Formats: sequence, structure tokens, C-alpha cells
Amino acid sequence: MEKEVFEHHLNANRRHFLGKMALGVGGVALGSLLMPDLLSGKKVAEDQLPLGLKHFAAKAKRIILLVQNGAPSQLESFDYKPKLNDMFGQDLPPSVRGDQKLTGMTAGQKSFPLVGSKFGFKQHGKSGTWVSELFPNIAKITDDICVIKSMHTDAINHDPALTFMQTGAQVGNRPSIGSWFSYGLGSENKNLPAYCVLLSKGKGNGQGVYSKLWSNGFLDSSHQGVQLSASEDPILYLNNPDGMDRKTRRNMLDHLASLNQMGYDEFGDPEIPAKIKQYEMAFRMQTAVPEITDVSKEPDHIKKMYGPDCMVPGTYAANCLLARKMSESGVRFVQLYHQGWDQHSNLVGEMKGQAKDVDMASAALITDLKQRGLLDETLVIWSGEFGRTNYCQGKLTKENYGRDHHPRCFSIFVAGGGVKAGVSYGKTDELGYNIIESPVHIHDLHATIMHLMGLDHEKLTYKHLGRRFRLTDVHGHVVKDLLA
Amino acid sequence: MKKKVLQFVLLSAILISCKQNGEYASIPAKKIPDVVDYNFDVRPILSDKCFTCHGPDVNKRAEDLRLDTPEGAYKALKDTENEFAIVPKNLEKSVLYQKITAKDSADLMPPLDSNLKLSSYEIQILKKWIEQGAAYKPHWAFTAIDKPELPELKNNDWAENEIDHFILQKLEDIGLAPNQTADKERLLKRVSLDITGLPPTPEMQKRFIGDDAADAYEKIVDELLASEQYGEKMASHWLDVARYADSHGFQNDQLRTMWPWRDWVIHAFNENYSYEKFVTYQLAGDLVPQKNLETILATGFNRNHKINQEAGIIEEEFRIENVTDRTNTFGKAFLGLTLECAKCHDHKYDPISQKDYFSTFAFFDRMPPRQNKGEVLAEAPLITITDEVVENELPFINKKELEDVDVMVIEEKPDVRTTHLLNRGVYDDVGEEVMAQTPESVLAFDDNTYERNRLGLSKWLFDAKNPLTSRVFVNRMWQEIFGAGVVRSSGDFGMQGDLPTHVGLLNWLSADFMENGWDMKRLIKKIVMSATYKQSSVVSEDKLALDPDNKYLSRMSRLRFNAEMIRDHALATSGLLNPEIGGRSVKVYQPDGLWEAASSGRGVLANYVQDHGKDLYRRGIYIFIKRTTLPPVQLTFDAATRDQCEVQRQSTMTPLQALITLNDPTILESARVFSEKLIQEESTVADKIEKAFGTIVCRTIKPEEKEMLLSYYDEQESAFSLETEKAAAFINVGEYPAAQDRDVVKVAALMQIIHTIYNMEETIVKS
Repeated sequence: MEKEVFEHHLNANRRHFLGKMALGVGGVALGSLLMPDLLSGKKVAEDQLPLGLKHFAAKAKRIILLVQNGAPSQLESFDYKPKLNDMFGQDLPPSVRGDQKLTGMTAGQKSFPLVGSKFGFKQHGKSGTWVSELFPNIAKITDDICVIKSMHTDAINHDPALTFMQTGAQVGNRPSIGSWFSYGLGSENKNLPAYCVLLSKGKGNGQGVYSKLWSNGFLDSSHQGVQLSASEDPILYLNNPDGMDRKTRRNMLDHLASLNQMGYDEFGDPEIPAKIKQYEMAFRMQTAVPEITDVSKEPDHIKKMYGPDCMVPGTYAANCLLARKMSESGVRFVQLYHQGWDQHSNLVGEMKGQAKDVDMASAALITDLKQRGLLDETLVIWSGEFGRTNYCQGKLTKENYGRDHHPRCFSIFVAGGGVKAGVSYGKTDELGYNIIESPVHIHDLHATIMHLMGLDHEKLTYKHLGRRFRLTDVHGHVVKDLLA
Repeated sequence: MKKKVLQFVLLSAILISCKQNGEYASIPAKKIPDVVDYNFDVRPILSDKCFTCHGPDVNKRAEDLRLDTPEGAYKALKDTENEFAIVPKNLEKSVLYQKITAKDSADLMPPLDSNLKLSSYEIQILKKWIEQGAAYKPHWAFTAIDKPELPELKNNDWAENEIDHFILQKLEDIGLAPNQTADKERLLKRVSLDITGLPPTPEMQKRFIGDDAADAYEKIVDELLASEQYGEKMASHWLDVARYADSHGFQNDQLRTMWPWRDWVIHAFNENYSYEKFVTYQLAGDLVPQKNLETILATGFNRNHKINQEAGIIEEEFRIENVTDRTNTFGKAFLGLTLECAKCHDHKYDPISQKDYFSTFAFFDRMPPRQNKGEVLAEAPLITITDEVVENELPFINKKELEDVDVMVIEEKPDVRTTHLLNRGVYDDVGEEVMAQTPESVLAFDDNTYERNRLGLSKWLFDAKNPLTSRVFVNRMWQEIFGAGVVRSSGDFGMQGDLPTHVGLLNWLSADFMENGWDMKRLIKKIVMSATYKQSSVVSEDKLALDPDNKYLSRMSRLRFNAEMIRDHALATSGLLNPEIGGRSVKVYQPDGLWEAASSGRGVLANYVQDHGKDLYRRGIYIFIKRTTLPPVQLTFDAATRDQCEVQRQSTMTPLQALITLNDPTILESARVFSEKLIQEESTVADKIEKAFGTIVCRTIKPEEKEMLLSYYDEQESAFSLETEKAAAFINVGEYPAAQDRDVVKVAALMQIIHTIYNMEETIVKS
């Protein structure tokens, strides 16, 4: 019962929560903005917190998730497999492939010729982390990051795999990971959404993104990710119409509030004062959001660090800089998607461009956070939705090749927020097909992220259709070896 | 930061104090009843806290003990002869009671690591139940509908029809009096929106207010039910249930053309097809004896699910996914059951086995394999809508384009494959073969009566003995009108769902609905003719404290318009609304770049190409739905995502909604056009404001409102006259042609007033 009461609160049921607030308390933020920050003080009685909240001291307070949408090849980024170069053109041994299902794109191929990276690898930093030449800037920060080479997932098509990474399930109307954090931890900033989403596109073969990826699922829609765009309205409909300045708007809102107050006098419905506050919140957002999205006042050395693209709205670099600003202002979960990583063919040509899009700014983001002393409390995750095959899809030449989807292993990196730095975790076999040491499933990654944020993934639940749901469904283990 | 914590603590204090003041006192579960009822008192506890390990799921059952059946609970415990979980009327011998009250945490049930805990109230209920004999009863929703007698009332003056007997009886029990009848203006607004989704016209307002006849209200109700807009309103809910969209979903998310099916839905509602006919056509229109193009078109219902057109998918995986979607939709839409929970394992709470799941699945598994793959508008089986077809057979289809339109439909291939149970629900982990069959716990599937195909399935659904079909639909119509169902979890009538607040009422209405030929218009009329419905929505502090969620309906709930209504209201009141019915979906104003940013760049839906002219002013149900980038205004106002069957929308309140009503060009344009129209009329400013207010809020303006808006107008007029360029910019919104020779300053000033009225809380609330 207690638990339901708190699920009820967390979900910000309007009547019980906002209604009462509006009647007696006042000053509450609204929207995904509207949950009070349950972790901002320690005085709340323990039994008044949802079960998930009291278990660990949080290492991280905020998350920035850099989704490399389309699935960058691990074999040209972090998982160095010289053996593949030695075995160029030879067929993938059936014993290695085992019972792995193939996508319809290569299932009909007569052979599965192995191909190694066209790009050179070197070890970097004190940690000696292997990084390919495509990522020279990430190579410079290897001692600040933790590369996981033993990620694996269940799905082999983009939509289900990306949905799985975002929601813990391949299909169905489940809440996105950011929505779970909005639900579980609320917002740190009463003028900004707890969960913000930024999109960018590379020139490589792209797969679309879709709003389901930042959906609140069955949680209250106040936990939905809010997409910020590169347009004049960073949040949809943020700007006043032409001919309406801020003073005129203020005047309008004052008249509106008086009218609404008359309605409240008649009906006594607590929704009415809640709505007055909603308009005030919107009014505050009109100034708070543009302040956040304006990067022009950033000093030159910062702009230089993120690269010239960071001044071009809508680019990955600009979004990285925005992500830092939002996170710094207390946005709980910032999520970037960079499209274009689906190299079924012309991998050599496309991957250069894709890497160039993200290398400098990804590294800059981590360095920037570190210099501000924020990296310790901010967890940064750089990841695609699955890996790519060690054999060539389509025509194999000495100069170029393509790679199909591969769920059995892929590489990601994480940084800050209580994660070990300067570490490479997990191993794949010498052909880069199967994991041979320390596998990390998507559910395990989710469990670990939640742990770092102070939440027990088995206890942050929401009852829906008669069942208690969690991000990790009935799976997931915290990967203790990754914790600093 | 500290302030926020304080707010939270204060909030808790308020909730607790309300509780002490009796907020929950009226809720039966809080008071240990004299006679403990298995269904209403005990089972919710067992189901929530015990069945996970001691319930229907044989694979997860611990210690071979099940507590969901009397046989299971009364039999000797594993490896014992004389120990029993429950011994009726004997607490000491009931190991269950000993376990739930164990002092030693090692013995305690539920175990600590389950994160589940029984409250002292729950323990008291279980104790009393065992003392009283631990009698089990079948789940209330799985027992045939028995039409109850109307409850006797102490005061019978209030009741206007049968509904009111059930509502008033409960109110008398808990000591609340119903509200007075709402004033005529507000009642008209409410009933007009509930039946047609549109506000009443000024003409209708005038007519109704001036009509003192006893049947004035009933005449209006009949008029609204007879209007074509009724079909559109009903369709807006059905499109959620049917997960209708204009794109296939998944990452490529290409265009599809299912809109003629939507035209049929509107037509069927307006023709007042019985619910039986309406559903049978959709489930089995290809199998009915009177099969024709119309009945086949209706089967498009089961092709509305998403289709993955991504290259390289494993065909069987997504074929299974689509059949799964049809099966789950069948469960949720018609039976109010979470069938999907039994796909991977036996249902943990409801008596539905995994075999039941795949037996139901088998009905939807007889489709021919996929042929014309790739990015096509419609995948076979399909029917082609030509001009001849429209003229001769399907005149209700609003086809304006020259080219033919393909619509996906269902086709039965009885021998195309055998259906198997899939272990863990995994598409390629094939288990035992199953026959088409329905869950026996709901109603046995008698194959002497029903064919083993979708037509037989429909007959089973509409068998008078089926306990769910009528209850589930009646409950949803109640939900659409009152904001919440008699069973609040309208998608879950199973063991974990909410219990009905008025079980007698639900049974009576459901029986009445069946007895009267599943007549949907009659059902809606019955509801809106009740005194319960006609109550005012004013809420006193007492009522708010006693019944904050309005479960007992001692007042009408004040309900915010849904996404479609907000749009339709602005267009209708300003005169912009294009009343055309049906046709292809339209692309209305939308911020630039949304589709472009999220698309892969391929196909006709990569770029948003907005429509123009009259198409901009169509009703909300016709807005183009691209699944991967939903229309932003709709989404922000809680429209369904059309990802899967949805039977209940949320109703949230966020600042993003305020930004829309403040800055969305649709609302601004409505204000501008309305202002231009009024400025052209020969009347005083006060008259204009009064008229705008009456049209938009649907009631007479109060003197204090009028006074305030008048002075606001004067202020705005002088401000704009000093800055005419601002006035010109402000009124330059929307594509609707500007009025000739308009007075820029006056139009802008009045537009400001009208736009403020559009933003009033009451404007978009049924109050």
C-alpha cells in the first residue's frame, strides 16, 4: 500500500499531487519538470521514499547518453583484431558462428569472408587502451574512460535493438531509460525538463529515430523526453508569436490568471490553480530554455575544444556542448542521437566521416566536464545498439567492404559518474565474433547505470496492467567490476 | 533545495491529514467488513502479494503450493501429511496465517527479498477470512452477467433512470448527497462534446436555453446522436483501440493507406450498427455469410498493426510479432484482458495458460505468407478502392484522388500452417501444436456451436454467456463520458485489475446493453439521460476531501478536453472548421524540421509537406499520424501513440501544453479569424466580447469577466495603436485569407482578448 502511494506520488497524479500542492503548498514545478527533486535533501523520512531510492549513495547525479545510432563497428573503433587482417578473405568458420541467426541481408550470402580493419590501431595513455586511428581525440582521453568490449544484445535489427537499449524490451510500450530516471529521481531544475533529447545526422547510411525511443511508456507523460531542436524554437512552441513581446505576454498571463481565479472561486477544483502555475512555469521556460541553448557566450577555448561544428546548430558537436550546459544546469538525463552509423557497404568511406563528426566533440565533452569538476557526478555513455560482423557484407575488395549487424559483441565506452577510468573491460575471441570474458548484456548495463545513480534496478518498479515493471524486466546484474 | 523537501513533507502531511479526516474512510477496503468477500477483500491481497510464487503459473510455483484455488490451498503441504496452508475456520492450523505473522524473518511470508510486504490491514483481512471459512469464489468478471434488481433508495426523488439507483445507493451508504443539476449552458456544452466532440453552436445554445419543455434536453440528445459528427467522435476512441496510423512504423516508417477503413468506422457508428455487427465485421468480415466488399474492408482492423519493412529482417520473427499484436489487441480491446502476459509463460495472475494464449493466437495465424515486401503502401491481402467501387458499393468512402487506393485486409487460409506454442514466446522455439481455442476460464469454446475460425471466435465473443464482452465495452463508454470506468483499469478486468466501484451498475448496464441488441446509441443515451450525468461539477471542500478521485460520483468530474477536442473546439468556434467527413489524412501546421530530423531520409515521408486551404481546418481525427514522429500537439495532449492497442488515455497537465495553447498557430489563427469576423459586425465592443466568450466558453459571460475583458481590450487597443507594426505582425498568422479592409489595431486588440479566452482553463474543460 505504501508502495502504491509512492508510485502514485512519483507519477504525479494530478489530483492528489498537484491538486493538493496547488491548494496548500504552492511553488511546485510542473511537467517532467514537476517532480520535486527527491534526492536534493536527506531529511525525507526513509519510509516515505520509494523503495528504490534508499539503497545506495548515488555516485552519479546526471547522465549524458551519446547514442551512436545505426551501430558503429567495434572492429574499426575499439576492438583490435589483427588476426582478421591475417585471415583476409577466408570464410568465417561455422564453429565460430554456431547457431547465430543472420539478418535477411546476408543470410543468403554464399560465403562469409573475414575482413580486418582498414584503419590502424595503437595503444594510448597509461592504460594502453587500443583505439583506432579514426578517433584521435578519444585516443587522448583513454585514461578517463572505460571501454567495454564485451557488450551484447538480443536483437539484430535496428528498431528492436535500439528500442531494447532504450527501454529494456524490443517491443511494447515500455518507458525509456530517461523516463525511468525522471520518474525515480525527478528534476534538479524547476525550469527545465528532467529528460532532454537532441538529434543530429551524419552523412553515413542512416536509420531514422523515432519518438517512441524517448517515450514515457506507461509512466505519466510528464516523464516523456522533451526533444530540443536546432530551430528558433528549441522547445516546440516556446517562442511568443510575432508582435508579442515579453511584457505583453506577462500582461496577458495576468489577465488570464484573474479569469481562471474566478473559475476557481466558482468550482473549487484544485486543477485550476494548478493550471495557473502551469502557465507561470511556461513563462519561466521561455527565458530559461534559450539561455541554456545559447552557446554563443561560451569562451573561445571551449568552442575550440568542441570544434568549429559546435557553432552550427543541430550538429553533434553543438549538441555535445548543449548537453554539457544542460547537464550542468541540472537536467537529469540528456540523450543525443547521432545517425548514420549503418555501414553495410562502403564502410571505409563512410566511417571516416562519421568518426570525424563525433570524435572531437565526444572527447571535448568529457574533458570539459572533468575541468569543471562535474565528471565525477556525471555519467557519460557512448554506445551503438549492436555490433557489426567480422565478415564482409557484399563485395569485398582490398580497399573497401561492408559489415552486417552483429548482436553477439560490440564495444562502448563509459566515463565519469563512479565508473573506473583507464580500463578496458571484457574480451572477445581473436576473430571478434564471440565474447570470451566478462560479457555485459544490455540489461546488465542498465542495472549498472541505475546503481551508479543510487537506484536498485530490482526495486524501482511501476505497477501497470497488474504487473510491476522495471527497466531491466526480470534480468540484469550490476557489473561490480566497473565501479570505481 | 530545502524548500522543495519541505514541500514534499508538507504534501505528505496533507495527504495523511486528509486520510485522518476520512479521505479513505468511505473506501470499503479500509474498514474490515463484517463478512469478508473473497473477490472484493481477499483476492486482491493474495493476487498482489502471493500469486507470483503461489499462483497460476506452474513454472514459477514454489513448494508446489498454489493459493488461487481452494484445492491448492486446502491440500496437504509438500512432503507433509498433516500440514495445510489453509484450514478453514482454524487459524492455528493454517500455516499461511502462521507464516504471514511469523516473528522470525526466515519464516516470514512474503519473503523479505521479494520486496513485498503485507500491511496489518491485509493480515487482518486474511485472518478474518480464514475464521469465516476461507470460502473461494470465481473471479467476478469471469462469472456470467446476472442482471441485478435496482437498489431500493431512501430518497427516490433524485433518480431519473436506473443508473441513478446504483449511484445514489452508494452515496447514501457513505453519507454524501449528489450535486444539483448543472446549469443548462454547461450541461449543453458537456453533452455536445461527449456525443459529437464539438461545442454546441450559438444557435443550438439559444434554442436549448429558450426551450422550457420537459423534454428539451432529450430532444437535444437525440439531435446530437443523429448528427454525423457523432460517428467522428466515437471513431476517435476506436482509432486508439485499433492502433490506426498512416505509416507502417519501425524505422523506415513509410506511408500506408488505411484511411478508407477509418471512413468505414465513422460510417458504421453513424449507421448505429450494433456492437455485435461492428465487431464481427472487423474480426471476421471475410468469413461472414453476407460477405461483401464492405465487410472485407472492415477487417482492415487487424492490419492496422505496425509492419517492419526494414531490409534484412527475419520474416518469421516479424510474422509472429504481427500475429501477436492481433492476439493482444483482441484480448485488450474485447475481453479487457492482458493476454500478452501469457505469451512467454502461464499468466501469473489470471487463469490463462500459455497454451490458452497460443490457442487464441491460432485464430489469427491463418493468413497467407507475406508477398509484396518492400516499401509499399499496402501489403497483400488487400482490396483496391476504385471510383467504381465507391460509386457502387462503398459510397461512404470520401475518395477525392484520381488514383486507386489499396487497403490491407484479412484473408483466411485455413491450411496455410499449423500453430504451435512458442516456448518462452520466442518465435523459433517451437513447442507443441495447438488448436484454435479460447481461454476456458472465460467461456468454453464449444465447437458444436462455433466454427474454429475468426467467425466462430466472434460468435463466442457475442454469446450471451460470455461474461466479458459487454462489461468491457460498457465500461469503456462510461470511461469516455465520466473520465474513468466503473472498472478503472479498463484494459484489465483480470485479477490484478481494479475492482468495479459499482459492480451492480456495471452488471445492470451490461445486461441491458445485450438485451437491447448491443445498441450503442441507446447505451450512450441511457448514460447521458441519468441524473448522475447531469450533476453540476462544483466541488465542495468536503467532497474533495472525502472522495478526491470522484469514485462515487457525488458530482460530475471536470474533465479536460482530449487532444482532438482542443483542436476541433478552436476551429469550430472561430468558424474555420471544415466539416467534411472522411478521406485521406491531412498534414496541418507543424513546426519545421520534425520529420526531417528523425527520418532516415528515404521515402515519401522523409519530408513533411504541409497541406493548404480547407485541408488545414479538418477535425483532429484526420491529422496524419506518422508513427515514428507523432503530431506534436496531439502527443503533448496525451493522444495515443498508435504503437499498440490503447483503451485509455492519460490526462496530464504540463507547461508544454500551456506553450501550445499560447503559441500554436492553429489557436492563434482561430483567434484572428474570429476577431476579424466580429470586428466586421455592427456591434459594440462589449457585444463582441460577449459573443466571443459565449461561443468559446459556451456560457454567458459574467459581469466581472466582461468588465475585466473590456478594460483589457481598451488597454490593448491603445497599446497597439502606438505600435501598429506590432499589431500587423500579431494578426499575420495562419494561411486563412485576411479579411478585406480590416482595421489592424482593432483586429489585433480583439484577437488578444479572444486568444486569452481560448486559453482559459474552463474553455477546454467539460464542466
